[in-house]
Order: sequence, then structure tokens, then C-alpha cells
Amino acid sequence: MQEIPGDLKFMKSHEWARVEDKGTVTVGISDHAQGLLGDLVYVELPSVGDTVKAGNACAVVESVKAASDVYAPVSGEVVAVNEALTDKPETINEDAYGDGWLYVVKPDNLAEDLDELLDPDAYAEQLEEDES
Amino acid sequence: MTHKTILNDTHRALGAKMVDFGGWDMPIHYGSQIEEHHAVRRDAGMFDVSHMTVVDLHGARCREFLRHLLANNIDKLKVTGKALYSCMLNEQGCVIDDLIVYFLGEDFFRVVVNASTRDKDLAWINRQAAAFSVQVKERPEFAMIAVQGPHARDKVLGLLSPATRENAAKIGKFVAAQGDGLFIARTGYTGEDGFEIIVPEAQAVDLWNRLRDAGVAPAGLGARDTLRLEAGMNLYGQDMDETVTPWEANLGWTVSLDAGRDFIGRAALEAQKAKGVPREMIGLVMDDKGVLRHGQRVVTPGGDGEILSGSFSPTLACAIAFARVPSGERDGLQVDIRGRLVPVRAVKYPFVRDGRSQLDA
Repeated sequence: MQEIPGDLKFMKSHEWARVEDKGTVTVGISDHAQGLLGDLVYVELPSVGDTVKAGNACAVVESVKAASDVYAPVSGEVVAVNEALTDKPETINEDAYGDGWLYVVKPDNLAEDLDELLDPDAYAEQLEEDES
Repeated sequence: MTHKTILNDTHRALGAKMVDFGGWDMPIHYGSQIEEHHAVRRDAGMFDVSHMTVVDLHGARCREFLRHLLANNIDKLKVTGKALYSCMLNEQGCVIDDLIVYFLGEDFFRVVVNASTRDKDLAWINRQAAAFSVQVKERPEFAMIAVQGPHARDKVLGLLSPATRENAAKIGKFVAAQGDGLFIARTGYTGEDGFEIIVPEAQAVDLWNRLRDAGVAPAGLGARDTLRLEAGMNLYGQDMDETVTPWEANLGWTVSLDAGRDFIGRAALEAQKAKGVPREMIGLVMDDKGVLRHGQRVVTPGGDGEILSGSFSPTLACAIAFARVPSGERDGLQVDIRGRLVPVRAVKYPFVRDGRSQLDA
């Protein structure tokens, strides 16, 4: 299991968000989530220009086993998507918190949205509770 | 209650991700389902299939009983050890289960049925067997390990005593040999050569470990599912059940309408055939990216159908599926994936056999 980077915020449904220096937010799924899904074979991403709303489904990741919705941790406009995943969805398995990012948003309600998210310790705690 | 096979601790020690599979705690993968899939296609892999149900039939009228019970003709089995794949039907001609039956003597046949259907299968077989005075005996004390892949047989043979090795080495496909306490059948559910080995529980962990030492890769039920789908093999509960006849599940090749044999479901099957079979099962390939899944709607010019088994094919690197569609529909097919209609191609299957794509064959 990959160590959880300290600068991430999490949803209970295993998405992560990272506020970048320039104020945009990068979004992905956690290393735990990719482990649950198994080998990823397909990713359906939003389009640049789409508006996503916190808590709503905005992408789909599919493993051999199952399709899973990805929920938006923060609201905003999609300004970049990780095109490389189209041909190499397994990048998420290999590097969920790095090269396996899904998309970037320009947030429009950041402070409030962040309040709803878990810090790494709280997320790790939730994982432990899920296991027991 | 969750059942565990004798290999449960072994799987956990190997780091398997365990899931509930029809009431059994089974390994879905040991790290990567896709790597396990490739190991079987390219070299050798092994599956714990001890959850499957072994049932021995004893009695002078065994053959007569099986002529009545099975849609395939048991009289195809003439040589000891030979196996037959068949459906077991209800009076409506629909599938109670699919199974393999081995001929071990005129008064002794061995049947292997699915785990998920164990209770109803045993009840049905017992009910039908009474009239033939056939004794039905489940063998829960056996484990089962399927060793599959182009190098699977060699790796198994290397672990056997000389006498057993000689016997097991010469059996043809769909034949079983016995020795060293093992029941070694040249059968499988992957489209590769190999053996399915019925082994007493007391020997099972040791056999598993020796197979590992011989270079056989542990593979989970996830890989087993993608392998059998590529190989064009049906999964009970997903591709057929008690609402589906063999004609509608592309299992007509297993139905033997030989003269004068009155098997259960025959009248219904003949009636459906005479009237015209409304639906049929076909193979699909999707060239677009995405994954075909069980339950998705298939749109055809002649009405809707549905995806039965569907998955990503690791060998072909695209989505493949079985679908049940209105009979005759082959062109202009689309699948509804989350509201988007994606074109799919009807193809003949198996999709993969002996490691090779059959799509361009």
C-alpha cells in the first residue's frame, strides 16, 4: 500500500483532491480504491469545459471486475483531463496519487467544499474502520 | 454461513484478495487478475475449485438413470475414464445446471456440478435417482485444483509417481486417469490444455505447494472468469438458468435427440424447436473503448437483447461478451453503456483457443 501524501483531501468514497499552487484542484482515486477495483482497463473522463458539482458522479473507472463511479470532491470547471489514461488506465494502479490523476478543476466554491473532505489521517482511520 | 476450502489459509498466506462466491470465501486474485490470466494463456496457472460439488453415483442402473437425467447422451461414454459435458434440464426444458459426468464403471459414474447450485442439484438428482435405485453420494472430503495452460500438463506430470505419470500422460482430452490418490482429468474451463485434479483434502495443500514449486502460478476466480469467457464457455446463472433452454444458450451441441431416449425436458425442447426458438446467444466484440457488462441492454433492429457474461478480454485487449438477442439479429447491434449507444460486432466464438485469437481465423 502506497503511503498517503499529506497534501491530499479525501472523500469517504475514496476520491482525492489536491489544491495546487496556482489554485486549481487535481482529482484522482485513492491507492486503496485502485486496490479494491483491481486491474483498471478503462477510464471515462469528463471533458475540458464541463462543470462538475461536488458530490456528483463525474467520471467512471472500470476494472476487469467492475465499473465504478467517481464523485467530484469539489465543484468547478474542468480545465484539464489526463488523456494518457485512455491508453494506459493501469497507470492508476501503478501511481494513484501521481501519474494516475484523473482531471483538474478550477474550483468555484473551494473553501466550503474542502470543509466536507477528510484529511489523510481521518481517511486512514476510515479505512481501518472499513477493514474491521 | 461462509464455507472455506482446505486451501483457504494458503490463499491468504499468498496475499489473495478474498471474496464471497456463492457462499464460499474464495480468492478473486493474488495481486493482478490480468497477470494471472496471461500466466494461464502463456505458461501454467492453477485454481482452487474445491467449492465445486463432486457427486458419485452407484448402482446397477446408473447408465439408464443418466439416459433419463441428462440432455446429452451418456451412451457416448464407452471407455472407462471418459467424460461428457451435459445440461440437466427440468420438465420445461430449461437448465437446472451444467455438469461433467465421468464413466468409471457400469455401476459407478462421477458427476461434478456447480457450487452455487449444489443444494437444488442434489435434491433434483436424489429425487430422480430413487426410481432407478441409484445411490447418490456427495464427496465433500475432496478438494479440486485445476492446473491449466500450455505447460500445465508437463508440470503436473513431473510431480507424479512413474506409474501414475505414465497413465496420466497418455490420456486424451476429456478423459480421466487415477493414481497417487488423485483423480486426474484432462478437462478445464480456460480454453487451454491442462488437468482438473480431484484430490483428498489431506493431500491438497501439499499438492498446491508442490505445483507452486514447479512454477505453476496461483490464479484467482477473476482470471478463471475472463479465461472461460474468451474460451466461449457458459457460466451457469449468468448465461443460462431455469428460464432458458439449451437452444437459447448456444448449448444445442450438448443436446442429443437420439431416437427413443426419453430424457427430462425433451418434449419441451422438441416443441420449442418445432415452433422456432425466439432468442439465441451470440458472441460480441466491441471495438470502441469500454467494457461490456452483464445486464447491459443490446439494441438490435429486431428488438432488445441483453449482455450475459461480459468483460474486458486480457488476450484481445478489448471488451467481449455473450448476449442473448432475438433470433437472427447480427447486424446493426449496439450496446447501451450508461445511456450511450456503442456499436458492437457479432462474432463466432470461442474468442481465444490455445492462446490464440480466433477472431481473424
